[in-house]
Amino acid sequence: MLRLEKRPQPSRAWTYGAPVLAVILTIIFGMGLFAILGKDPLIAIKTIFWDPIFGPFAHFYRPEIVKKAAPLVLIAVGLSFGFRAGIWNIGAEGQYIIGAICGAGVALAFYPMEARWLIFPLMIVVGLVGGLLWAMIPAILRVVFKTNEILVSLMLVYVAEVLIKAFSIGLLRNPEGFGMPGSRNLRQYPSAANLDLIPNTGFHWGALAALMAVVAAYILFTRHQFGFNVRLAGQSPRAAGFAGVNANRLVILCMGISGALAGLAGLFEVAGPSGQILGSFPAFYGFTAIIVAFLGRLHPVGILFAGLIMALTYIGGQAAEAQLNLPAAAILTFQGMLLFCLLAVDVLTNYRFKFGQREAR
Amino acid sequence: MKRRTLLATGAGAALAAAMGMPARAQDKTKVGFIYVGPINDGGWTQHHHHSAMEMVEHFGDAVEFVYQESVPEGPDAERAITQMALGGADIIFTTSFGFMDPTVNVATNFPDVKFEHATGYKQADNVSVYSARFYEGRAIQGTLAGRVTTTNKIGYIASVPIPEVIRGINSAYIHAKKVNPDVEFKIIWIFEWLNPAKEADAAKALIEQGCDVVLQHTDSTAPHQAAREAGGVYTFGQAADMAEYGPMPRISSIIDNWAPYYIDRVQAVIDGTWSSVNTWDGISTGMVGIGEISDVVPAEVKAEAEAMRDAIAAGEYHPFTGPINKQDGSPWLAEGETASDGDLASMFFYVEGVEGDIPS
Repeated sequence: MLRLEKRPQPSRAWTYGAPVLAVILTIIFGMGLFAILGKDPLIAIKTIFWDPIFGPFAHFYRPEIVKKAAPLVLIAVGLSFGFRAGIWNIGAEGQYIIGAICGAGVALAFYPMEARWLIFPLMIVVGLVGGLLWAMIPAILRVVFKTNEILVSLMLVYVAEVLIKAFSIGLLRNPEGFGMPGSRNLRQYPSAANLDLIPNTGFHWGALAALMAVVAAYILFTRHQFGFNVRLAGQSPRAAGFAGVNANRLVILCMGISGALAGLAGLFEVAGPSGQILGSFPAFYGFTAIIVAFLGRLHPVGILFAGLIMALTYIGGQAAEAQLNLPAAAILTFQGMLLFCLLAVDVLTNYRFKFGQREAR
Repeated sequence: MKRRTLLATGAGAALAAAMGMPARAQDKTKVGFIYVGPINDGGWTQHHHHSAMEMVEHFGDAVEFVYQESVPEGPDAERAITQMALGGADIIFTTSFGFMDPTVNVATNFPDVKFEHATGYKQADNVSVYSARFYEGRAIQGTLAGRVTTTNKIGYIASVPIPEVIRGINSAYIHAKKVNPDVEFKIIWIFEWLNPAKEADAAKALIEQGCDVVLQHTDSTAPHQAAREAGGVYTFGQAADMAEYGPMPRISSIIDNWAPYYIDRVQAVIDGTWSSVNTWDGISTGMVGIGEISDVVPAEVKAEAEAMRDAIAAGEYHPFTGPINKQDGSPWLAEGETASDGDLASMFFYVEGVEGDIPS
């Protein structure tokens, strides 16, 4: 008989091994999926995982992976604080949208003035503050009224989506856009454009910010009292209370950090790869980042790798759609499998398989 | 494969352009489509895809067809289009307004690939734009609606406030008013192109307010279902004929038919005669089709509508012919004057008599 036995301690090896195994399992199940759809599974997997990095058009795909990973990593690092402390900000997507609206709003208010030294830094600050304030709504409601931050932050995503649609046809609409929805393109406004820092690498200001966030989070978690408090609160709220951790302050701080970073990600996206405030601007980065955070084990370095892998499945998945005429839903299914496998494999971290009968007590 | 690799570099692009034509003549012509929705959305994208398939059938083995569906407007679109160009496409159709800037951006990087962008206004040496004069069909719908209504209340499910939708409302209103001075329009904006649940809610709300004709600029059949359940309400197919809802409630339709255009443009690439054009076709070329008017419409009304259709097709009648005032009473078109394409393309006002404001 095969049975599960709870480990006395979570397995250290499996903590790191599980995500790798999950990726391998996803590839195996994915091959089955593609085979059922009548595509050569090996070619499909090669198109998704190999070609974007090493294929003939890698010079085009590699920067795209960086562009896609940057907001995911930035948001996921922010979320990892709260998730470690048991504070569940599910609404990063909303904070991301509001950051974009605020940052773009600043840029468009100055248009067509050219003063990059003033406008771009101001956009960054306002985008960050916008995301932060949007996250403060669920944070303060939780602290003051004991509301559930999961529900409130999630609901605020829908509010943000309506807001960006309203802004795209209202206040921020491009006056020279023939009445079509959408703001001016910030990429074509030199003072506000978030362009590649090194041309054709995809490494824009948002990617730099993501790397800085990874380093900062690493230092906070390993070297700073705050990181310790966060971990303690997550593992044992009572112990944290005895250790003098102020639970309310922790909620405000964790929500604030995740909101600020999500807002930043939105600002860099709207000023760079996306370029426009548009109803279709929200691209589920805020939700995908939740997967990235867990795939990365809530560890800054892990998140960096998870973000890159997630971006790879997007870029490679799209390439497979185009080149093999795979349906869009197949790629979504494939990405869903990744999270599903991770959750399934996670069992190994806390449990182990045992053969034979349960020992007599 | 060799050509693709060459194309990947700037020098390669120039080289391929220099020796491109003879090499390409032996190749199959690769035709790509970028869709904003799924190919079975029942409306906009499905019609582009059907028309594309007709084009593929027409050419048979001479073309290789690739498409990508559900491409979000924004940065993903630019990547999807680039991928298709890298994949060796000779001509790429991007079939949503939101693909405009991405298409133009990609086109500058691939000077020897032809691009065709639907419903936009940014043209380039290798970017054509094309769209359909759906307002011509709206004129016929307005005429029918004005004649068949008994409550004199006509409902209009509007999608996204852009000039195309506003043109449709104005055109329908002008022609309903012309045959029935007592009509009033009730307009509900749902801010989406396809959302069956919202469309059904909007249709029900309009019917409850006494509308017995419901026009829609949204793509699903949900309003027809709502009208059928309510009974005694007339509707019109949108994008598709939606004949399955005839003869009641659906009494006619506007059908998008892009196939002739697609065949024409791909042929031009094959022949090497492609050049950048700005196409805005209507009933006359068949790009806008008028679905069969069902028999519940009185014969003389049907004849009247068909006469208008034929007059528009023959170029004898323009749906926006003065005198027409704007909503605020200021004059727009003088007696006998017809609207310029420029005015129509950027139309962002209601004509006199339409109530309410354009959301912004």
